[in-house]
Amino acid sequence: MSRGTLIDLLYLFAAFTFLLALKGLGSPKRARQGNMVAALGMLVAIVATFFRQENGQGLRHIPLMLLAMGIGTLVAVPAARFVQMTAMPQLVAIFNGVGGGAAALVSITEFIHIHSQKPATYVTLEVLLGVLIGTVSFSGSAIAYAKLQELMTGRPITYPGQQVINALFGIVSIGLIVTILISASTSLLWILLAVAFVLGIAFVLPIGGADVPVLISLLNSFTGLAVAASGFTLGSNLLIVAGTLVGASGILLTQMMSKAMGRSLANVLFSAFGSVVTASGEGAREDGRTVRSGSAEDIGVLLSYANKVVIVPGYGLAVAQAQHVVRELADELEAKGVEVFYAIHPVAGRMPGHMNVLLAEANIPYEKLKEMDEANPELQTADVALVVGANDTVNPAAKNDPSSPIYGMPIIDALAAENVVFLKRSMRPGFAGIENELLFDPKTVLLFGDAKDTLTKLVATVKNS
Amino acid sequence: MGNTLLQYATVLILSIFVGIEIIAKVPSILHTPLMSGSNAIHGVILVGAMIILGSATTSLETILGFVAVILATLNVVGGFVVTDRMLQMFQSKSPRTRVKKDEVTQ
Repeated sequence: MSRGTLIDLLYLFAAFTFLLALKGLGSPKRARQGNMVAALGMLVAIVATFFRQENGQGLRHIPLMLLAMGIGTLVAVPAARFVQMTAMPQLVAIFNGVGGGAAALVSITEFIHIHSQKPATYVTLEVLLGVLIGTVSFSGSAIAYAKLQELMTGRPITYPGQQVINALFGIVSIGLIVTILISASTSLLWILLAVAFVLGIAFVLPIGGADVPVLISLLNSFTGLAVAASGFTLGSNLLIVAGTLVGASGILLTQMMSKAMGRSLANVLFSAFGSVVTASGEGAREDGRTVRSGSAEDIGVLLSYANKVVIVPGYGLAVAQAQHVVRELADELEAKGVEVFYAIHPVAGRMPGHMNVLLAEANIPYEKLKEMDEANPELQTADVALVVGANDTVNPAAKNDPSSPIYGMPIIDALAAENVVFLKRSMRPGFAGIENELLFDPKTVLLFGDAKDTLTKLVATVKNS
Repeated sequence: MGNTLLQYATVLILSIFVGIEIIAKVPSILHTPLMSGSNAIHGVILVGAMIILGSATTSLETILGFVAVILATLNVVGGFVVTDRMLQMFQSKSPRTRVKKDEVTQ
């Protein structure tokens, strides 16, 4: 067997492990194993690449390559190991962005390399698509990172004529691609690079708040497509398979996420959702309705004597690092014979499934986490719905108020429970920037304060009652 | 040349279908690890980055290739480590074994 065939076989093995990994993610038990298998496959592919030969020549610049890999590893491992679980979405955004950047660079360099050989038109087209998509993913992810890390406002940034300007950037990019295809000019390639960079930023700026996770999923899929485009240019089946898998699955995931919010993908991307803060942020409203706040003691007693308590966690729980205390509270209640489970909204947290990761971190048994469809019927018979740091995902306006921006989004039906207890930092509105009717409902009691502090107080009162 | 393109296009189309089929069955609670895991998989661009750095002949190509390898390594290594950390937390320790451990320590 020739060396080339052996390397191709190893690449085939790697592609197969990637499939296994994605398949493994179908169940929580096999998911970790799957990820490790994919990591092994990746290692095999990388090691095999070192032995590649082209026209009888081995790879050049091997020491430089090892140096670059060393630098990358030294930066990535600590970042990935020590980041807070709440900061996970921005980390995924940044790792995705650098991947897009790498794909764009691979395409550009290959173009410069083969330029003198007058490549076929379709090769140039693949290069240009790789550059365009990869760069948009790179600069878009950078802005998404800045938004999530709160280096800039998380709300949509809009200006007059935005849609028109963005459309112009898109048209200019396509115009440039066509021109380069005809003229095969390298200098225009750099202009395309610059335009794509600005396009990525302009595309992401009007997307804010709760829509950023959907955006990251979409950008993830973009990077996959950019990698597939590079695969066409380099003639690598491995890159085509892996890139396309990620691209296709990412687009499907993006759609599933938009659906979980009851909106179309186009609406998520282009409507600058949540740019207007409609909530007053005051305890009393114009129509004179006020909220009812209670003491930790009252609420502790209410919880202790309940039969069934449903905990509805939101991002506020994660911010306060309260996932361990919430488990303590659940343990105390269960010791008293109260049935406790968690109702998880698909978009609770900052990414789909984010809340599950955070609760799993606190060793909360997987069986106690119920998804929305399963949890809502249970809420009908619950005595208390304990809402910890969630807001938009329990807002009844999504069901009742057609004028509300979140109208149509499926929600956790906390109002169906006998009592609703809200642990809240302040009257500030949630991620989507809209007021929550549930706060003003007569069934609702509020307990203000940092989620961790108030939960600790509740644990103490439940213990003593 | 046309044949190679056709072969790549075949791979592309089949991969699209496989990708969609596999993902459609993933439960929503695993969406975050899925996003992060597929993020690590597109880090395979490292192989591409190695190839272009390995065939670089001018200093411009070398510099671009060098940067590409750094970025791609970040993507691969960071992606897999973060995903593993997330999934580690999903390994459900069954309550029974936890009780047993407590009994031993008491």
